[in-house]
Amino acid sequence: MRTSPVETAPRQTGARIGVYVCRCGLNIAQTVDCEKVARNVSELENVVVSKEIPYACSEPGQMEIKEDIRENNLDRIVVASCSPRLHEPTFRKMMLQADLNPYMLEMANLREQCSWVHMQEPEYATAKAEDLVRMSVSRVGLLAPLYEETLPLIKKTMVIGGGVAGIQAALDLADNGYEVILVEKNPSIGGTMAQLDKTFPTMDCSI
Amino acid sequence: MADAGRHPNITLHTMSEVAGVGGYVGNFNVKIVKRARHVDETACTSCGECANVCPVVFPDEFNMGLSSRKAVYIPFPQAVPSAYVINMNECMGRGCSKCLDVCDKKCIHFHMSDQEIQVKVGSIVVATGLEPYDPREMDEYGYTRFENVVTSLEFERLINAGGPTKGALIRPKDRKHPQSMGFIQCVGSRSQRKGGQYCSNICCMNTIKNSLVLKEHDPDMEIKVFYTDIRAFGKGFEDLYNRSRSLGVQYIRGLPGTVEEMDDGGMRIAVENTATGKIEFHDLDMLVLSIGMKPSAGARKLQEMLGLQITPDGFFLEAHPKLQPVDAATRGIFYAGCAEGPKDIKESVTQGSAAAARAIRLMHKGVITTEPITSMVIAEHCRSCGKCAEVCPYNAITVDVKKKTPAVVNSAACAGCGTCAAECAFGAITMNHFTDVQILSQVDTMLAEKAAEKIPTFACNWCSYAGADFAGVSRLQYPANVRLIRTMCSGRVDEKFIWHAFEKGAPVVLVSGCHIGDCHYIDANHWTEKRIAKLHKKMEKKGIRPERLQLAWISAAEGVRFAGVMAEMEALRKTVTREEIQETILLLQDKEKQEGMERT
Repeated sequence: MRTSPVETAPRQTGARIGVYVCRCGLNIAQTVDCEKVARNVSELENVVVSKEIPYACSEPGQMEIKEDIRENNLDRIVVASCSPRLHEPTFRKMMLQADLNPYMLEMANLREQCSWVHMQEPEYATAKAEDLVRMSVSRVGLLAPLYEETLPLIKKTMVIGGGVAGIQAALDLADNGYEVILVEKNPSIGGTMAQLDKTFPTMDCSI
Repeated sequence: MADAGRHPNITLHTMSEVAGVGGYVGNFNVKIVKRARHVDETACTSCGECANVCPVVFPDEFNMGLSSRKAVYIPFPQAVPSAYVINMNECMGRGCSKCLDVCDKKCIHFHMSDQEIQVKVGSIVVATGLEPYDPREMDEYGYTRFENVVTSLEFERLINAGGPTKGALIRPKDRKHPQSMGFIQCVGSRSQRKGGQYCSNICCMNTIKNSLVLKEHDPDMEIKVFYTDIRAFGKGFEDLYNRSRSLGVQYIRGLPGTVEEMDDGGMRIAVENTATGKIEFHDLDMLVLSIGMKPSAGARKLQEMLGLQITPDGFFLEAHPKLQPVDAATRGIFYAGCAEGPKDIKESVTQGSAAAARAIRLMHKGVITTEPITSMVIAEHCRSCGKCAEVCPYNAITVDVKKKTPAVVNSAACAGCGTCAAECAFGAITMNHFTDVQILSQVDTMLAEKAAEKIPTFACNWCSYAGADFAGVSRLQYPANVRLIRTMCSGRVDEKFIWHAFEKGAPVVLVSGCHIGDCHYIDANHWTEKRIAKLHKKMEKKGIRPERLQLAWISAAEGVRFAGVMAEMEALRKTVTREEIQETILLLQDKEKQEGMERT
């Protein structure tokens, strides 16, 4: 069982943060002034690198971030681009490749939740983008590395119900070498299927 | 069936039910209760001598009561395991020992008792199937009042070569071969009044199949099908429907209003033909009610034991209707067949295979990796009140309230909703990656400047945040002063986050999550709802307008609703004056000061 590393941890004063404001081609950049956002947040405490980037998720984009991490000894990253629901796994992998803990990453959602929904208000959108990046910077400074745990597992399955679905699941598992415990409440397996005469669409018998 | 019975990797427990499940993914502890068969199934050769001499006669369940069996019986000839069983409630008991006397193998044991079996498994497939709809409540169709009205399942047995009539179709009342047959569709399905509101999926095709079987036996038979819609959507289904029509089966659009018995035992059916708008009467020798499916009776019990979700219809709810159709929201549990919803044999088999593949995907490495986004107890702060264990949807927290030992989180079972951390009154639980300080720092930064113009919104990852993304993908425009803070579940949104936001000058606060019943963490959002209600009361007491805190359920598909709610929030924000905000700030700061003094 893990113990708490973070709740009372003070702000990491020595944090070295890299901020990348993604233009996403024009998806973000046509509404949000990415350069301005990057410039304004560069003054925040612990921010070592802050720049706009054409496509953060692309191979060259990731290369650039990884190089910055090495050169500047960055220990945590803010990617201000699209929804974390889309690319968080991408950037977590990038963190691993750069020998950083994948959970030392924070994303600010500038595309789905800013540039695309405030297209007529570029000034407000830029202000919001800056707010979102500032929020991410302050959060990333407080993140703690997390580690996945592995636990032993019993390679056995219980199938509850011995109708056609349960039988099929049990057989597939058993044929793959897994032990199966098939539990059926009636005196025989077969379920409703066994009671049927011919079955559609093949018109053959059910048993 | 026989393959499953003799597979070396399958242990079959019939007459058995799951009585309890503990543990978590990869390591479930299961208690199975196996009722006594009173026949040694390993020794029984199903010779049937016992049943020949048994004097007790009961209706045969397998043939839907259309034939009889003895108190010692085999459910059906191909049963697996191929062994007899004694129903001890029916057996005459010690006074009679005829079966014992004739059994050469000596496999009958009157004193056999129920067994309790403990097993450990890594994953569970729930394939609890269906219950046929009981049409007795639809009295207008006269089922059980008129002998010649039968259900589609009874009809299956009547036309089955292995059935009570050896496949000769006769009507129950006078054992005459019917010259005409009627089928009523949607019995117990698609009804607002009786049975299920859902389509039972198989009944249309079952009737089409039955019409073809009948035409094969008796090409001259008159067959009429009364229906609302014919749903022949599967591969090869439309062909069967066309074949049925080309053989002269009549499809009449409209469900009968009444069924009456005529002197000759036939049925007179009154129906409004909705294609012509006319009332019609049809005289038919026999009537089949095409009954729908209901979820298995044991589903509720299992749902409680395994912490699963159920739809309002009573079927199990999958983790995602399109992308995770056989996974339960609880890791390590999978669905197959009609337990998840009405389906035909092909779909059940497909889902059975899919469930097996998903279980193998989980188990093949021999270890499981747990998400580190789980909650953790800070033992020195814990007062063992048990609140966290009470709110955990996954039973992942154990607290010994009597012994006052600190709570323990089972990180393998914890799914990371964070409800425990939000409910803990002593700050003794922290939620990894969504800690109090992390979230509060986002609130602080958001409201550092121009707080009065902003709309802080807490959004759950799976529904509301995804709904906001969907609004973005759809390019729906909404006020630019909305600021989202993502949590995994709305259950994570602690009271103190909200007070903190108001103290920092927030004009309004929105908490949003999945609709009740759709929560990704089983029912954690029930606690959100309760917490917001409590907060509303407290706000009222303090003299803060409760409507400044809003709760909205927004699903991942509701981009339009998300944008709409944001517009409503902006309208609400405009009603909050700077004075009002200032007053709240002072009120909350005062309170904090007082509390600080009380502490020191």
